[in-house]
Amino acid sequence: MAARLDGNLGLELLRAMWRIRVFEERVGQLTRADEVHGLVHLSVGQEAVAAGVCGQLRPDDVVYSGHRAHGHAIAKGAPLGRVLAELMGRADGLCRGLGGSMHLVDVEHGFLGATGVVGGNVPLALGSALASRLSGGDRVAVVFFGDGAVQGGIFIESVNLATLWRLPAILVCENNGFAEFTPRSAHTNVERVSDVVAPYGLPRETVDGNDVVAVRTVFARFLEQARRGEGPMLLECLTHRLRGHYEGDPQRYRQALAAEEWQQLDPILRLQRRGVAEGWLGEDAPSLVEQGARDEVEEAVRFARESPFPPAAVTVELVYAS
Amino acid sequence: MTETTYLQAITMTLADAMRGDHRVLVLGEDVAEGGPWGATAGLAEEFGAERVRNTPIAEAAICGIAIGAAQSGLRPVVEIMFIDFVTLALDQLVNQAAKAHFMSGGQLQVPLVLRTQGGAGQRGAAQHSQSLEAWLTHVPGLKVVMPSTAADAAGLLAAAIADPNPVVYVENKTLYFRREEVADGREPVPLGRASVVRPGRDVTVVALSRLVHESLAAADELAADGIEVEVIDPRTLVPLDLDTIVESVSRTHRLVVAHEAVTHGGFGAEVAAQVQAAAFDELDAPIERVGAPFAPIPFSPPLEDAYLPGRAGVAAAVRSVVSLGPAG
Repeated sequence: MAARLDGNLGLELLRAMWRIRVFEERVGQLTRADEVHGLVHLSVGQEAVAAGVCGQLRPDDVVYSGHRAHGHAIAKGAPLGRVLAELMGRADGLCRGLGGSMHLVDVEHGFLGATGVVGGNVPLALGSALASRLSGGDRVAVVFFGDGAVQGGIFIESVNLATLWRLPAILVCENNGFAEFTPRSAHTNVERVSDVVAPYGLPRETVDGNDVVAVRTVFARFLEQARRGEGPMLLECLTHRLRGHYEGDPQRYRQALAAEEWQQLDPILRLQRRGVAEGWLGEDAPSLVEQGARDEVEEAVRFARESPFPPAAVTVELVYAS
Repeated sequence: MTETTYLQAITMTLADAMRGDHRVLVLGEDVAEGGPWGATAGLAEEFGAERVRNTPIAEAAICGIAIGAAQSGLRPVVEIMFIDFVTLALDQLVNQAAKAHFMSGGQLQVPLVLRTQGGAGQRGAAQHSQSLEAWLTHVPGLKVVMPSTAADAAGLLAAAIADPNPVVYVENKTLYFRREEVADGREPVPLGRASVVRPGRDVTVVALSRLVHESLAAADELAADGIEVEVIDPRTLVPLDLDTIVESVSRTHRLVVAHEAVTHGGFGAEVAAQVQAAAFDELDAPIERVGAPFAPIPFSPPLEDAYLPGRAGVAAAVRSVVSLGPAG
């Protein structure tokens, strides 16, 4: 039996996950209403990874992510309204409406960015870690990627270089078992991502990625090591993508989880059950936390809807930095 | 004046940049050993292994690490040993480096220089001899530079390192050991400014990299026949100094564009299109392009020699445009 969780920490983690959950579900609705545009990949079901990792980072630590990045950006501190405005292509979006869902960046909060190219940001995090080391700081770089990124060449190129150069980077794999529309077993014979990197000799752990406390506990240890310059490390979080690969995905390739099965897996319900059992969460507290997140998300929706579309001239103005 | 080579100019400029700015670092395959031609020779000894980093043969990750380092405040100069291998780094270069500033709404900058070299003539065959610069000029967000002289190699490299954008700096392997007198006191050459290498009244030849020297040789030959060729080296392909080219064409009324790359889809097509759009009324003859045939580079020495565009091709194109239209 795990030790009792500190109540304040429990509530903080619960709030972090509810904010992402409610935001993502709202984005799904807004996508169907054609207010959010383009290719949208939601992280409903995977909130424990973003919350368990990002909550421990300092503002100057950097995070890179992939195409399913809303939760990571939010957990790193990106304001909900500016994230949503970006998804809606508005001028007050994080990226002034030029990036969209797959290219969120919030430099102020250390979210250096999402990418639409699977695996594409893994080496960028290493470069940021290199910059941290050469400047003599203890800033750490974290990169999130899915299990689908692991079969590409750049992943292994990056793991090799990160270990060779001992970079203060933490690689966080969200293994949701599906690479887009295909189960992992159809793409590789190696079931665990932590086994893929085993020969490189880096610290690696596979955890229950729907247990936010488990994610947080292992990540805390890795973070402390990385601060001391002992990177890299790999944290594999086994999780579940509740929705399709993208919004609108008919998901013909898999059967939906039965409701009871999902109730057992849902990282939010699990933490709430634990909180009630351990006595740090009152019976009415979950709905209060949920409602707080809903209010915040509705405020974000108002903010984004009020933001204008950017002027057309911005397209040619921002091609080059000056 | 000091005698130097194109290669020494590059090495010197890298060392100057590293002395002047602790954020500059060099990374690539075998760079600590100087690389195959010695472009980075001596840097590891002076600046140490942290700033002169040998990498595995993994172009995509090398390029990606350099991009990440640039986004977090360093000024990496990454070397891709042959431009033929830039193919392996294109995703990083095109999808990450070129678009980061734009897609982040201006939040990110990628002050990265990607040094590489291209060109045939050393029996390297089809995978170690290409001229692929046109691909890179097609990508908004990248700047593309091709020096033809030692002075420009130094000046453009200094400007590229100082630039806040990703700059692809394309050297030519046959120019590395060309000796040249250069002025003392090195000044950056601003990106986007062409050089009129030889003035002339009859025909404008816009030439890239090695073809600048071939065009100068052709101009000497043509001068003996009374044809005065103006040779312009754009030096920077993106951004292109169209004004200098158009000003020249409005005096000569004839244009030849010469590069070593395959003519089909080459950068010469872009120059020709831009000039005719800007100065159609000034042209007395169709624009001629000089480049390689639409074929990979053959290995066998006589075949490679026959394949390579050079002085004779430029001279023939000039004579062709002079023969058309009203007498100059």
